[in-house]
Amino acid sequence: MIRMKGVCKAYATSQGPHHVLRGVDFTVAPGEVVGILGRNGAGKSTMIRILSGAEFPDTGTIERHMSVSWPLAFAGAFQGALTGLDNLRFICRVYGIDYRTRLHYVEDFAELGKFLREPVHTYSSGMRARLAFALSMAVDFDCFLVDEVVAVGDSRFRQRCQVELFEKRRDRAKILVSHDPNFLLQHSSRMVLLTGGQLLSFGNNADALDYYHAQQQEPAAAFD
Amino acid sequence: MADNLASSFAIQRRVLGALLMREILTRYGRHNIGFLWLFVEPMLFTLGVTALWSLVQADKFSSLPIVAFALTGYSSVLLWRSMPGRCLSAIGPNLSLLYHRNVRVIDLFIARILLEAAGTTMSLVALSLLFIGFEAMGPPEDVLKVVEAWLLLGWFGAGLGLAIGSLAYDNELIDKIWHPMSYILFPLSGAAFLVSAVPAEAREILLLFPMVHGVEMLREGWFGSAITAYYDVGYMAAVNAGLLLFGLLRLRAIADKVRPQ
Repeated sequence: MIRMKGVCKAYATSQGPHHVLRGVDFTVAPGEVVGILGRNGAGKSTMIRILSGAEFPDTGTIERHMSVSWPLAFAGAFQGALTGLDNLRFICRVYGIDYRTRLHYVEDFAELGKFLREPVHTYSSGMRARLAFALSMAVDFDCFLVDEVVAVGDSRFRQRCQVELFEKRRDRAKILVSHDPNFLLQHSSRMVLLTGGQLLSFGNNADALDYYHAQQQEPAAAFD
Repeated sequence: MADNLASSFAIQRRVLGALLMREILTRYGRHNIGFLWLFVEPMLFTLGVTALWSLVQADKFSSLPIVAFALTGYSSVLLWRSMPGRCLSAIGPNLSLLYHRNVRVIDLFIARILLEAAGTTMSLVALSLLFIGFEAMGPPEDVLKVVEAWLLLGWFGAGLGLAIGSLAYDNELIDKIWHPMSYILFPLSGAAFLVSAVPAEAREILLLFPMVHGVEMLREGWFGSAITAYYDVGYMAAVNAGLLLFGLLRLRAIADKVRPQ
């Protein structure tokens, strides 16, 4: 179980604080797959970073009663000057795992060949995405935070991500964020809408979509 | 509660271990002698300065053997000066690692401080053994006092590192000021003189610099009664504690603003 209560988060800008989250309540049960739909700048990534524990809310609380992954994003939580293999070693050390037990899996999934032993900053964006995904699958979490990663890469990569995440790990909870309702409709059992710094729940996905599409007609309001 | 504390400790150890390896790899890589650079680099610095001071006969101002004088002095400078230097850019290159919940901003600083402490300490020990072995200098008279002085200097470096590093996060002036400041501080740090050798009027001013106390104590431990040392452990400890406290408070203030990327 993950429970967020009354979470507010603002960032300092040169023109004063920018309020991203204004009192968000959110609960995820074990095994549940929740999609968070939001336009660009709605605060999806902030929400994911707070859920992961990489950032703290200004006010409000968050409880985690299951292990939660770092945000699975295309950029990846790794260091560019290190090689792919050294990043695997780093992550395994941090999470207390013997990297040798995961090396074969990462080599196999990331399909980097000899580049696994080259610095990450020499990778193409597709290679980075494959490494990022393979590394996060190497650690066993109860809940995965997925920040649009599955939307990048070629169709083969997307296909393999789907298998790993939604077939092999179908018993795990997942929180998916996207601005693409189709991706969320396909995978999540429940969809919520992040707008104006608040999380809106709807009786069914059709209502959420209607609201979202109506909102799409308005210009983006990134700053208020 | 005890379980909690034990598991937190285990996590902390794992995170620091991982960060230490990460720092060593990007700084020294796996080429040629790899991580040995950790202490070979400060050794080369110290050897160079020792050679230079021997050539210019810096010891004509004192009766002390120049090799031991240079080794104790320059090693001390490296110890307290290298930590702030490395802490200046501790956060930037590691921003992406902060996505891992257990990796916190303070860990980035601790890892860099530990690495500098280890490198400069190994360099001092290796060079001491080398010089003593070749009879270029005598062994320290009071090893315990040398260790205490070294710890005080390391504490000063760690406190200064945290303070400078956390200030530099949102103020780029600090980076520009630190480099000239560290050069100006070098001749004032007690590395190249004994306080007893300077005029009495200047002593009071020089003793305002906390690292002077550490170097004096270190040399008293090394040369014993051959020199008259001027130092006040209480003064240096107070300055160190103040710097450390300031650094930690400042770090807590910025930790919330640092966003992983």
